[in-house]
Amino acid sequence: MAGKLKIRVDQDKCQGHARCKSLAPELFDLDEFGNAHEVGDGAVPAGLEDKAWLAQSNCPEIAIEVTEE
Amino acid sequence: MSDSASIMPEHPPVTDWVNDFDHTDPTWTENPFPIWEKLRAASPVVHTERFLGCYMPTTYQAVKEIAYDTDHFSSRRVIVRDVRPEITARAPPITSDPPEHKPAKQLLLPPFTPDAMKKLEPRVRAICNELIDEFIADGKCDAAARYTKHVPVRAIAHMLGIPEKDGDLFIKWIHGILELGIKDDNALMEAVKEMTGYFAGHIEHRKQNPTDDLISTLMNARDKDGNPLADEHVLGSLRLLLIAGIDTTWSAIGSSLWHLAKTPADRERLVKEPELMPLAVEELLRAYSPVTMAREVMKETTVSGCPVKPGNMVLLSFPAANRDPSMFPNADKVVIDRKENRHAAFGLGIHRCVGSNLARMEMTVAIEEWLKRIPDFRLDPAGKVTWSEGTVRGPRQLPMLFGKAN
Repeated sequence: MAGKLKIRVDQDKCQGHARCKSLAPELFDLDEFGNAHEVGDGAVPAGLEDKAWLAQSNCPEIAIEVTEE
Repeated sequence: MSDSASIMPEHPPVTDWVNDFDHTDPTWTENPFPIWEKLRAASPVVHTERFLGCYMPTTYQAVKEIAYDTDHFSSRRVIVRDVRPEITARAPPITSDPPEHKPAKQLLLPPFTPDAMKKLEPRVRAICNELIDEFIADGKCDAAARYTKHVPVRAIAHMLGIPEKDGDLFIKWIHGILELGIKDDNALMEAVKEMTGYFAGHIEHRKQNPTDDLISTLMNARDKDGNPLADEHVLGSLRLLLIAGIDTTWSAIGSSLWHLAKTPADRERLVKEPELMPLAVEELLRAYSPVTMAREVMKETTVSGCPVKPGNMVLLSFPAANRDPSMFPNADKVVIDRKENRHAAFGLGIHRCVGSNLARMEMTVAIEEWLKRIPDFRLDPAGKVTWSEGTVRGPRQLPMLFGKAN
Protein backbone atom coordinates (compact mmCIF):
# COMPACT_ATOMS: atom_id res chain seq x y z
CA MET A 1 0.00 0.00 0.00
CA ALA A 2 1.36 3.41 -0.97
CA GLY A 3 1.54 6.15 1.63
CA LYS A 4 -0.82 9.12 1.86
CA LEU A 5 -0.51 11.74 -0.85
CA LYS A 6 0.17 15.40 -0.38
CA ILE A 7 -0.20 18.13 -3.01
CA ARG A 8 1.36 21.57 -3.30
CA VAL A 9 0.90 24.31 -5.90
CA ASP A 10 4.09 26.23 -6.69
CA GLN A 11 2.92 29.85 -6.52
CA ASP A 12 5.79 31.03 -8.73
CA LYS A 13 4.79 28.65 -11.51
CA CYS A 14 0.98 28.80 -11.36
CA GLN A 15 -0.47 31.07 -14.06
CA GLY A 16 -4.13 30.50 -13.30
CA HIS A 17 -5.09 28.03 -16.05
CA ALA A 18 -7.50 26.60 -13.43
CA ARG A 19 -7.32 23.09 -14.87
CA CYS A 20 -6.73 21.66 -11.37
CA LYS A 21 -9.78 23.35 -9.92
CA SER A 22 -11.90 22.02 -12.78
CA LEU A 23 -10.61 18.42 -12.44
CA ALA A 24 -10.31 18.22 -8.64
CA PRO A 25 -12.38 20.93 -6.96
CA GLU A 26 -12.09 19.08 -3.63
CA LEU A 27 -8.31 19.51 -3.64
CA PHE A 28 -7.71 22.97 -5.15
CA ASP A 29 -9.03 26.46 -4.64
CA LEU A 30 -8.52 29.71 -6.54
CA ASP A 31 -7.73 33.18 -5.20
CA GLU A 32 -9.36 36.42 -6.39
CA PHE A 33 -7.02 36.49 -9.41
CA GLY A 34 -7.85 32.91 -10.35
CA ASN A 35 -4.49 31.46 -9.24
CA ALA A 36 -4.57 28.06 -7.57
CA HIS A 37 -3.55 26.79 -4.17
CA GLU A 38 -4.09 23.49 -2.39
CA VAL A 39 -7.06 23.14 -0.02
CA GLY A 40 -5.95 23.09 3.62
CA ASP A 41 -2.51 21.56 4.18
CA GLY A 42 -2.63 19.70 0.87
CA ALA A 43 -3.29 16.26 2.40
CA VAL A 44 -5.26 14.21 -0.14
CA PRO A 45 -8.24 12.45 1.50
CA ALA A 46 -8.57 8.71 0.84
CA GLY A 47 -10.37 8.07 -2.42
CA LEU A 48 -9.20 11.28 -4.13
CA GLU A 49 -5.71 10.04 -5.08
CA ASP A 50 -6.61 9.61 -8.76
CA LYS A 51 -7.91 13.16 -8.92
CA ALA A 52 -4.65 14.46 -7.44
CA TRP A 53 -2.63 12.69 -10.15
CA LEU A 54 -5.08 13.80 -12.85
CA ALA A 55 -4.74 17.45 -11.83
CA GLN A 56 -0.96 17.09 -11.68
CA SER A 57 -0.78 15.62 -15.18
CA ASN A 58 -2.94 18.33 -16.74
CA CYS A 59 -1.24 21.44 -15.35
CA PRO A 60 0.34 23.20 -18.36
CA GLU A 61 2.87 24.97 -16.12
CA ILE A 62 3.96 21.82 -14.21
CA ALA A 63 3.13 23.78 -11.06
CA ILE A 64 1.63 20.93 -9.02
CA GLU A 65 3.79 18.64 -6.89
CA VAL A 66 2.36 15.37 -5.61
CA THR A 67 4.41 13.64 -2.91
CA GLU A 68 3.88 10.45 -0.96
CA GLU A 69 4.28 10.77 2.77
CA MET B 1 -10.29 53.26 -50.80
CA SER B 2 -7.21 51.98 -49.15
CA ASP B 3 -3.87 53.50 -50.20
CA SER B 4 -2.29 50.86 -52.40
CA ALA B 5 1.22 51.89 -51.33
CA SER B 6 0.49 50.44 -47.88
CA ILE B 7 -0.24 47.00 -49.29
CA MET B 8 2.81 44.83 -49.65
CA PRO B 9 3.25 42.81 -52.85
CA GLU B 10 1.31 39.57 -52.95
CA HIS B 11 3.12 36.75 -51.23
CA PRO B 12 4.56 34.30 -53.76
CA PRO B 13 3.32 30.73 -53.26
CA VAL B 14 5.50 28.66 -50.95
CA THR B 15 7.51 25.84 -52.49
CA ASP B 16 10.12 25.29 -49.75
CA TRP B 17 8.23 25.22 -46.43
CA VAL B 18 11.26 24.54 -44.25
CA ASN B 19 13.23 27.62 -45.38
CA ASP B 20 10.47 29.89 -46.62
CA PHE B 21 7.36 29.25 -44.52
CA ASP B 22 4.37 31.62 -44.69
CA HIS B 23 1.40 31.27 -42.34
CA THR B 24 -0.75 33.32 -44.72
CA ASP B 25 -0.26 30.92 -47.64
CA PRO B 26 -3.57 29.36 -48.77
CA THR B 27 -2.17 25.85 -48.29
CA TRP B 28 -1.43 26.62 -44.62
CA THR B 29 -4.83 28.27 -44.13
CA GLU B 30 -6.63 25.24 -45.56
CA ASN B 31 -4.73 22.52 -43.70
CA PRO B 32 -1.64 23.48 -41.65
CA PHE B 33 -1.14 20.15 -39.87
CA PRO B 34 1.01 18.33 -42.49
CA ILE B 35 3.11 21.49 -42.87
CA TRP B 36 3.85 21.63 -39.15
CA GLU B 37 4.83 17.96 -39.22
CA LYS B 38 7.30 18.66 -42.02
CA LEU B 39 8.77 21.67 -40.21
CA ARG B 40 9.05 19.75 -36.92
CA ALA B 41 10.89 16.92 -38.68
CA ALA B 42 13.38 19.47 -40.08
CA SER B 43 14.24 21.43 -36.92
CA PRO B 44 12.86 22.61 -33.56
CA VAL B 45 13.18 26.17 -34.93
CA VAL B 46 12.77 27.13 -38.60
CA HIS B 47 13.22 30.54 -40.27
CA THR B 48 11.72 32.48 -43.17
CA GLU B 49 12.92 35.68 -44.83
CA ARG B 50 9.29 36.70 -45.23
CA PHE B 51 7.76 39.18 -42.75
CA LEU B 52 11.17 40.94 -42.59
CA GLY B 53 12.59 37.79 -40.97
CA CYS B 54 10.72 35.40 -38.71
CA TYR B 55 11.42 32.22 -36.75
CA MET B 56 8.94 29.53 -35.87
CA PRO B 57 9.45 27.06 -33.02
CA THR B 58 7.93 23.77 -34.15
CA THR B 59 8.01 21.63 -31.00
CA TYR B 60 6.17 21.98 -27.70
CA GLN B 61 9.54 22.31 -25.95
CA ALA B 62 10.77 25.14 -28.20
CA VAL B 63 7.46 27.01 -27.92
CA LYS B 64 7.64 26.69 -24.16
CA GLU B 65 11.24 27.94 -23.96
CA ILE B 66 10.30 31.11 -25.88
CA ALA B 67 7.06 31.69 -23.95
CA TYR B 68 8.98 31.53 -20.65
CA ASP B 69 11.90 33.70 -21.81
CA THR B 70 10.65 37.28 -21.46
CA ASP B 71 14.25 38.46 -21.28
CA HIS B 72 15.17 37.64 -24.89
CA PHE B 73 11.66 37.75 -26.40
CA SER B 74 9.38 40.79 -26.18
CA SER B 75 5.59 40.85 -26.50
CA ARG B 76 5.52 44.43 -27.78
CA ARG B 77 4.47 43.09 -31.18
CA VAL B 78 2.04 40.17 -30.98
CA ILE B 79 1.14 39.77 -34.65
CA VAL B 80 3.61 38.70 -37.35
CA ARG B 81 3.06 41.12 -40.24
CA ASP B 82 4.73 42.31 -43.46
CA VAL B 83 5.60 45.63 -41.82
CA ARG B 84 6.94 46.73 -38.44
CA PRO B 85 5.78 50.31 -38.00
CA GLU B 86 6.36 52.40 -34.86
CA ILE B 87 4.34 51.02 -31.98
CA THR B 88 1.49 53.42 -31.26
CA ALA B 89 -1.57 51.48 -30.10
CA ARG B 90 -0.59 49.32 -27.13
CA ALA B 91 -2.99 46.80 -25.62
CA PRO B 92 -1.80 46.03 -22.08
CA PRO B 93 -1.17 43.43 -20.74
CA ILE B 94 -0.85 41.33 -23.93
CA THR B 95 1.71 43.76 -25.43
CA SER B 96 3.48 44.32 -22.08
CA ASP B 97 6.75 42.84 -20.85
CA PRO B 98 7.92 42.62 -17.23
CA PRO B 99 7.82 44.63 -15.03
CA GLU B 100 4.83 46.50 -16.53
CA HIS B 101 3.01 43.28 -17.36
CA LYS B 102 2.00 42.04 -13.92
CA PRO B 103 0.10 45.08 -12.57
CA ALA B 104 -1.72 45.49 -15.91
CA LYS B 105 -2.73 41.84 -15.87
CA GLN B 106 -3.79 41.80 -12.21
CA LEU B 107 -6.40 44.45 -13.02
CA LEU B 108 -8.08 42.22 -15.59
CA LEU B 109 -7.96 38.89 -13.76
CA PRO B 110 -10.74 39.21 -11.11
CA PRO B 111 -13.57 39.79 -13.63
CA PHE B 112 -12.54 36.59 -15.51
CA THR B 113 -12.29 33.98 -12.74
CA PRO B 114 -14.30 30.74 -13.07
CA ASP B 115 -16.70 32.00 -10.38
CA ALA B 116 -17.30 35.23 -12.30
CA MET B 117 -17.98 33.15 -15.42
CA LYS B 118 -20.59 31.09 -13.57
CA LYS B 119 -22.61 34.28 -13.10
CA LEU B 120 -22.44 35.01 -16.82
CA GLU B 121 -23.29 31.45 -17.89
CA PRO B 122 -27.13 31.73 -17.81
CA ARG B 123 -26.99 34.73 -20.16
CA VAL B 124 -24.73 32.81 -22.57
CA ARG B 125 -27.10 29.81 -22.52
CA ALA B 126 -29.96 32.15 -23.37
CA ILE B 127 -27.92 33.76 -26.19
CA CYS B 128 -27.23 30.30 -27.69
CA ASN B 129 -30.90 29.38 -27.64
CA GLU B 130 -31.99 32.72 -29.10
CA LEU B 131 -29.58 32.12 -31.98
CA ILE B 132 -30.69 28.52 -32.56
CA ASP B 133 -34.34 29.64 -32.54
CA GLU B 134 -33.57 31.79 -35.59
CA PHE B 135 -32.46 28.93 -37.88
CA ILE B 136 -33.46 25.53 -36.48
CA ALA B 137 -36.69 25.37 -38.50
CA ASP B 138 -34.70 25.77 -41.74
CA GLY B 139 -33.08 22.36 -41.22
CA LYS B 140 -29.70 23.87 -42.13
CA CYS B 141 -27.49 26.88 -41.53
CA ASP B 142 -24.06 28.36 -41.99
CA ALA B 143 -23.04 27.72 -38.38
CA ALA B 144 -20.10 30.15 -38.56
CA ALA B 145 -22.25 33.07 -39.74
CA ARG B 146 -25.41 32.31 -37.76
CA TYR B 147 -24.11 30.79 -34.51
CA THR B 148 -20.44 30.47 -33.57
CA LYS B 149 -19.66 34.11 -34.40
CA HIS B 150 -22.45 35.63 -32.34
CA VAL B 151 -21.94 33.74 -29.09
CA PRO B 152 -18.65 35.47 -28.14
CA VAL B 153 -19.70 38.81 -29.64
CA ARG B 154 -22.81 38.99 -27.50
CA ALA B 155 -21.11 37.58 -24.40
CA ILE B 156 -18.24 40.11 -24.45
CA ALA B 157 -20.64 42.96 -25.28
CA HIS B 158 -22.72 41.92 -22.27
CA MET B 159 -19.65 41.90 -20.02
CA LEU B 160 -18.35 45.25 -21.29
CA GLY B 161 -21.78 46.83 -21.07
CA ILE B 162 -22.00 47.82 -24.76
CA PRO B 163 -24.92 47.06 -27.11
CA GLU B 164 -24.94 43.48 -28.41
CA LYS B 165 -26.34 44.89 -31.67
CA ASP B 166 -23.01 46.63 -32.40
CA GLY B 167 -21.55 43.17 -33.05
CA ASP B 168 -21.16 43.64 -36.81
CA LEU B 169 -18.91 46.64 -36.20
CA PHE B 170 -16.70 44.59 -33.86
CA ILE B 171 -16.38 41.83 -36.45
CA LYS B 172 -15.37 44.35 -39.12
CA TRP B 173 -12.65 45.91 -36.93
CA ILE B 174 -11.26 42.55 -35.89
CA HIS B 175 -11.09 41.39 -39.50
CA GLY B 176 -9.17 44.60 -40.30
CA ILE B 177 -6.70 44.07 -37.47
CA LEU B 178 -6.12 40.32 -37.42
CA GLU B 179 -6.45 39.40 -41.10
CA LEU B 180 -6.19 42.37 -43.51
CA GLY B 181 -3.72 44.11 -41.18
CA ILE B 182 -1.03 41.48 -41.73
CA LYS B 183 -0.50 42.82 -45.25
CA ASP B 184 -2.33 46.18 -45.25
CA ASP B 185 -1.21 48.70 -42.62
CA ASN B 186 -3.94 51.21 -43.54
CA ALA B 187 -6.68 48.65 -42.92
CA LEU B 188 -5.23 48.01 -39.48
CA MET B 189 -4.82 51.70 -38.58
CA GLU B 190 -8.34 52.50 -39.74
CA ALA B 191 -9.83 49.68 -37.66
CA VAL B 192 -7.85 50.69 -34.56
CA LYS B 193 -8.93 54.32 -35.01
CA GLU B 194 -12.62 53.46 -35.32
CA MET B 195 -12.49 51.09 -32.39
CA THR B 196 -10.67 53.62 -30.20
CA GLY B 197 -13.22 56.30 -31.07
CA TYR B 198 -16.07 53.95 -30.24
CA PHE B 199 -14.70 53.09 -26.79
CA ALA B 200 -13.71 56.70 -26.07
CA GLY B 201 -17.38 57.58 -26.49
CA HIS B 202 -18.43 54.88 -24.04
CA ILE B 203 -15.83 56.06 -21.52
CA GLU B 204 -17.00 59.70 -21.76
CA HIS B 205 -20.60 58.61 -21.28
CA ARG B 206 -19.69 56.66 -18.14
CA LYS B 207 -17.89 59.65 -16.64
CA GLN B 208 -21.36 61.24 -16.33
CA ASN B 209 -23.38 58.03 -15.94
CA PRO B 210 -21.44 55.36 -14.02
CA THR B 211 -22.38 51.73 -14.69
CA ASP B 212 -21.38 48.40 -13.14
CA ASP B 213 -19.90 46.76 -16.24
CA LEU B 214 -16.32 45.91 -17.18
CA ILE B 215 -15.65 49.32 -18.78
CA SER B 216 -16.50 51.00 -15.48
CA THR B 217 -14.45 48.43 -13.56
CA LEU B 218 -11.40 49.45 -15.61
CA MET B 219 -12.18 53.16 -15.25
CA ASN B 220 -12.44 52.74 -11.47
CA ALA B 221 -9.26 50.66 -11.16
CA ARG B 222 -6.34 52.19 -9.27
CA ASP B 223 -2.65 51.45 -9.69
CA LYS B 224 -0.40 50.61 -6.73
CA ASP B 225 -0.02 54.32 -5.92
CA GLY B 226 -3.78 54.83 -5.86
CA ASN B 227 -3.95 56.69 -9.18
CA PRO B 228 -6.60 55.93 -11.81
CA LEU B 229 -5.43 54.44 -15.11
CA ALA B 230 -4.74 56.82 -17.97
CA ASP B 231 -7.56 56.83 -20.55
CA GLU B 232 -5.04 55.43 -23.04
CA HIS B 233 -4.46 52.38 -20.81
CA VAL B 234 -8.21 51.81 -20.39
CA LEU B 235 -8.70 52.14 -24.16
CA GLY B 236 -5.83 49.74 -24.85
CA SER B 237 -7.22 47.10 -22.53
CA LEU B 238 -10.72 47.49 -24.02
CA ARG B 239 -9.28 47.04 -27.53
CA LEU B 240 -7.54 43.92 -26.29
CA LEU B 241 -10.69 42.42 -24.74
CA LEU B 242 -12.71 42.96 -27.88
CA ILE B 243 -10.01 41.74 -30.28
CA ALA B 244 -8.98 38.78 -28.14
CA GLY B 245 -12.46 37.83 -27.00
CA ILE B 246 -14.27 37.33 -30.30
CA ASP B 247 -12.37 35.76 -33.22
CA THR B 248 -10.69 33.32 -30.88
CA THR B 249 -13.77 31.78 -29.30
CA TRP B 250 -15.70 32.07 -32.57
CA SER B 251 -12.96 29.89 -34.04
CA ALA B 252 -12.83 27.43 -31.16
CA ILE B 253 -16.60 26.82 -31.16
CA GLY B 254 -16.59 26.59 -34.95
CA SER B 255 -13.75 24.06 -35.13
CA SER B 256 -15.46 22.01 -32.42
CA LEU B 257 -18.77 21.86 -34.32
CA TRP B 258 -16.86 21.17 -37.57
CA HIS B 259 -15.17 18.20 -35.88
CA LEU B 260 -18.44 16.91 -34.40
CA ALA B 261 -20.25 17.30 -37.75
CA LYS B 262 -17.82 14.93 -39.44
CA THR B 263 -17.24 12.58 -36.49
CA PRO B 264 -20.56 10.92 -35.56
CA ALA B 265 -18.92 8.66 -32.95
CA ASP B 266 -17.68 11.62 -30.89
CA ARG B 267 -20.96 13.46 -31.31
CA GLU B 268 -23.04 10.49 -30.18
CA ARG B 269 -20.75 9.90 -27.25
CA LEU B 270 -21.11 13.48 -26.01
CA VAL B 271 -24.90 13.26 -26.33
CA LYS B 272 -24.95 10.01 -24.31
CA GLU B 273 -22.21 10.95 -21.82
CA PRO B 274 -22.47 14.70 -21.22
CA GLU B 275 -20.18 14.33 -18.19
CA LEU B 276 -17.32 13.96 -20.70
CA MET B 277 -17.74 17.57 -21.80
CA PRO B 278 -14.89 19.05 -19.69
CA LEU B 279 -12.35 16.56 -21.12
CA ALA B 280 -13.80 16.96 -24.62
CA VAL B 281 -13.51 20.75 -24.52
CA GLU B 282 -9.83 20.51 -23.51
CA GLU B 283 -9.15 18.00 -26.29
CA LEU B 284 -10.87 20.15 -28.91
CA LEU B 285 -8.84 23.11 -27.63
CA ARG B 286 -5.66 21.07 -28.03
CA ALA B 287 -6.38 19.66 -31.48
CA TYR B 288 -7.85 22.87 -32.95
CA SER B 289 -6.17 25.61 -30.92
CA PRO B 290 -7.15 28.79 -32.71
CA VAL B 291 -4.52 31.26 -31.51
CA THR B 292 -0.96 31.78 -32.78
CA MET B 293 0.92 34.55 -30.99
CA ALA B 294 4.14 36.38 -31.79
CA ARG B 295 7.27 37.64 -30.08
CA GLU B 296 10.11 39.91 -31.19
CA VAL B 297 13.69 38.73 -30.62
CA MET B 298 15.45 41.38 -28.50
CA LYS B 299 18.79 39.68 -27.77
CA GLU B 300 20.73 36.84 -29.34
CA THR B 301 20.16 33.46 -27.69
CA THR B 302 19.46 29.82 -28.50
CA VAL B 303 16.18 27.89 -28.46
CA SER B 304 16.37 24.10 -28.26
CA GLY B 305 19.97 24.47 -29.42
CA CYS B 306 19.11 26.67 -32.42
CA PRO B 307 20.57 30.20 -32.61
CA VAL B 308 18.08 33.07 -32.89
CA LYS B 309 19.05 36.66 -33.70
CA PRO B 310 17.52 40.06 -32.93
CA GLY B 311 15.72 41.86 -35.74
CA ASN B 312 13.50 38.84 -36.32
CA MET B 313 9.97 38.11 -35.22
CA VAL B 314 8.84 34.76 -33.81
CA LEU B 315 5.65 33.05 -34.91
CA LEU B 316 4.69 31.47 -31.58
CA SER B 317 2.44 28.66 -32.68
CA PHE B 318 0.68 27.15 -29.70
CA PRO B 319 -1.46 25.18 -32.18
CA ALA B 320 1.68 23.50 -33.60
CA ALA B 321 3.02 22.80 -30.09
CA ASN B 322 -0.26 21.05 -29.31
CA ARG B 323 0.25 18.67 -32.24
CA ASP B 324 3.75 17.61 -31.16
CA PRO B 325 3.74 13.79 -30.87
CA SER B 326 6.60 13.83 -28.37
CA MET B 327 4.23 15.61 -25.97
CA PHE B 328 0.88 14.07 -26.94
CA PRO B 329 0.49 10.42 -27.97
CA ASN B 330 -1.66 10.20 -31.13
CA ALA B 331 -1.25 13.97 -31.42
CA ASP B 332 -3.06 14.16 -34.75
CA LYS B 333 -6.08 12.24 -33.48
CA VAL B 334 -8.92 13.75 -31.47
CA VAL B 335 -9.24 11.51 -28.39
CA ILE B 336 -12.44 12.94 -27.01
CA ASP B 337 -11.78 11.67 -23.45
CA ARG B 338 -8.01 12.28 -23.39
CA LYS B 339 -6.93 12.14 -19.72
CA GLU B 340 -3.45 13.71 -19.75
CA ASN B 341 -3.55 16.94 -21.64
CA ARG B 342 -1.14 19.76 -20.79
CA HIS B 343 -2.16 21.64 -23.91
CA ALA B 344 -0.97 25.20 -24.46
CA ALA B 345 -4.03 26.56 -26.29
CA PHE B 346 -4.17 29.51 -23.88
CA GLY B 347 -0.42 30.04 -23.89
CA LEU B 348 2.26 29.20 -21.35
CA GLY B 349 3.90 31.45 -18.76
CA ILE B 350 2.94 34.97 -17.74
CA HIS B 351 0.82 35.71 -20.83
CA ARG B 352 -1.70 32.93 -20.14
CA CYS B 353 -4.91 34.10 -21.82
CA VAL B 354 -6.83 36.31 -19.40
CA GLY B 355 -10.11 35.14 -20.94
CA SER B 356 -9.43 31.40 -20.80
CA ASN B 357 -12.22 30.76 -18.29
CA LEU B 358 -14.64 32.80 -20.41
CA ALA B 359 -13.62 30.92 -23.55
CA ARG B 360 -14.07 27.53 -21.88
CA MET B 361 -17.46 28.47 -20.54
CA GLU B 362 -18.63 29.80 -23.92
CA MET B 363 -17.35 26.70 -25.73
CA THR B 364 -18.95 24.33 -23.25
CA VAL B 365 -22.29 26.12 -23.27
CA ALA B 366 -22.36 26.63 -27.06
CA ILE B 367 -21.63 22.93 -27.75
CA GLU B 368 -24.02 21.70 -25.04
CA GLU B 369 -26.96 23.85 -26.17
CA TRP B 370 -26.33 22.96 -29.83
CA LEU B 371 -26.25 19.21 -29.04
CA LYS B 372 -29.44 19.48 -26.97
CA ARG B 373 -31.35 21.10 -29.81
CA ILE B 374 -29.51 19.58 -32.81
CA PRO B 375 -28.03 16.21 -31.75
CA ASP B 376 -27.60 15.08 -35.38
CA PHE B 377 -25.89 17.25 -37.98
CA ARG B 378 -23.38 17.00 -40.80
CA LEU B 379 -21.43 19.19 -43.20
CA ASP B 380 -23.55 20.28 -46.17
CA PRO B 381 -21.92 18.68 -49.23
CA ALA B 382 -23.39 21.48 -51.38
CA GLY B 383 -21.48 24.13 -49.41
CA LYS B 384 -17.84 24.87 -48.71
CA VAL B 385 -16.04 25.22 -45.38
CA THR B 386 -13.59 28.14 -45.40
CA TRP B 387 -10.97 29.03 -42.78
CA SER B 388 -9.65 32.37 -41.51
CA GLU B 389 -6.11 33.38 -42.44
CA GLY B 390 -3.18 34.18 -40.22
CA THR B 391 -3.22 34.72 -36.48
CA VAL B 392 -6.49 33.07 -35.45
CA ARG B 393 -7.64 29.91 -37.22
CA GLY B 394 -11.24 28.76 -37.41
CA PRO B 395 -14.10 28.15 -39.85
CA ARG B 396 -15.59 31.34 -41.36
CA GLN B 397 -18.14 29.43 -43.47
CA LEU B 398 -19.53 26.26 -41.95
CA PRO B 399 -22.55 25.01 -43.88
CA MET B 400 -24.45 22.35 -41.92
CA LEU B 401 -27.47 20.12 -42.52
CA PHE B 402 -29.49 19.01 -39.50
CA GLY B 403 -30.87 15.52 -38.83
CA LYS B 404 -29.58 12.10 -39.77
CA ALA B 405 -28.27 11.53 -43.28
CA ASN B 406 -30.73 9.59 -45.47
